[in-house]
Amino acid sequence: MGAAALGKDLIGLETLSPQQLRLILDTAERFKEVSERPIKKVPALRGKTIVNLFFEASTRTRISFEFAEKRLSADTVNVASSGSSVSKGETLVDTARNLEAMRIDMVVIRHQASGSAEFLGRRIRSNVVNAGDGKHEHPTQGLLDLLTLRDRFGKIEGLKVAICGDVLHSRVARSNIWGLKKLGAEVAVCGPASLLPRDIAALGVEVIPRIDEAIRWADALNVLRLQLERMTGGFIPSLREYNRVFGVTRERLDRAGKDIVIMHPGPMNRGVEIDSDVADGPHSVILPQVTNGVAVRMAVLYLLAGGNPDWQQHGGGE
Amino acid sequence: MPSRATLLDERAIARALTRMASEIVERCHGTADLLLVGIQRRGVELAQRLARLIEGLDGSPVPCGKLDITLYRDDLQAIGPRPVIGETDLPPDLDGRTVVIVDDVLYTGRTIRAALDELADFGRPRRILLCVLVDRGGRELPIQPDIVGLKKPVAQDERVDVLVKELDGRDAVELARTA
Repeated sequence: MGAAALGKDLIGLETLSPQQLRLILDTAERFKEVSERPIKKVPALRGKTIVNLFFEASTRTRISFEFAEKRLSADTVNVASSGSSVSKGETLVDTARNLEAMRIDMVVIRHQASGSAEFLGRRIRSNVVNAGDGKHEHPTQGLLDLLTLRDRFGKIEGLKVAICGDVLHSRVARSNIWGLKKLGAEVAVCGPASLLPRDIAALGVEVIPRIDEAIRWADALNVLRLQLERMTGGFIPSLREYNRVFGVTRERLDRAGKDIVIMHPGPMNRGVEIDSDVADGPHSVILPQVTNGVAVRMAVLYLLAGGNPDWQQHGGGE
Repeated sequence: MPSRATLLDERAIARALTRMASEIVERCHGTADLLLVGIQRRGVELAQRLARLIEGLDGSPVPCGKLDITLYRDDLQAIGPRPVIGETDLPPDLDGRTVVIVDDVLYTGRTIRAALDELADFGRPRRILLCVLVDRGGRELPIQPDIVGLKKPVAQDERVDVLVKELDGRDAVELARTA
């Protein structure tokens, strides 16, 4: 399996090969069962210390990583930016180097700056897992979306997936596009022009302007959260207007009259990008996504822990 | 080019398994609460064959589980790229059962140590027995088999390969000289 091994860090899906993606998904498939055991724990990462370094608010991802780490028997420490020396102005690298001086093995980082995970990975010896860096990537979310689709459809190849909504601010969209394309899916985006990146076609992605059309075309919709906290205004007229034009509603799904899978990375703005009766309805795989998140993160941590043992500073990564 | 010698051919394996199946029934006083657990990978195929043979002897079907011990290995921190993990599939309740661990080759005993640790996290069997097709000697832990197809001390620089039809296209136990 040497050729498919993951290397030192997981920064994004852009740099992974289809073989590496499949290795992670196949490994995650095995880890699903661990969470169903009477004792939900295996000793694989016993003695490893993992720091969850979260510079941005997160509930789901942080808890999911923590469960994954604990179910692999790693020791974990959580550092949030508020209440730590980060709020005293310490730089990212200084924080991480101080943690490394306490002999840690891995860092899971969420940071508002795109590129921060890769930046850190080049400067410390520990494995770095990107848990979301600005608008760049959120690779474990992309992987759990791939796993959920593979569960539902048996394979990714040939699937039509429409990513809907606030693509511009979305690292989830970027990780999805890379992962889906590499595994042979067709990808389209759908949303208001103000929320689509101008260079989106360069990623080999189609633009579908109307949500009804996207529903007709797609086997699965990945409905993104409207990232109100990242918007400085002027992107959309109003939330009600957004829901009327781009909201995924029961009515719209009924009108299309077809089987379709609905995903959402959470947290949802119910009644904005997705209606409650869709989120809680038979098409939704939103909770299976959350379950798969733990398995995917266990797989990533397990595979990285066996990464290149003689990695030297500045030499690592894929 | 490593040389190969056949230790057991297809018919010898069939005879050994038939004898092992009746020994399992004898040692367990029947098949009540019996569970065969095959160690990934070739132990799984052997366990399924033993289950069919026992059913032929005793008339009642014997449940079969699968166990992958990768995540319980004691050398996981020392080895490089992580091994691919196989499926683990055990019935929900092991408490009170008689579990027979089935593996192809018994060597250092470390796989069985890992299997015992892993089984303990699934429940508390009343009794655990170890059944192997080949005991090649060379133990590094105080672990001994209860039921053995072939006992054959093998030198360190030699390897015992168990081939099964389901995975390898033919049944054979072969000795390969790696030096």
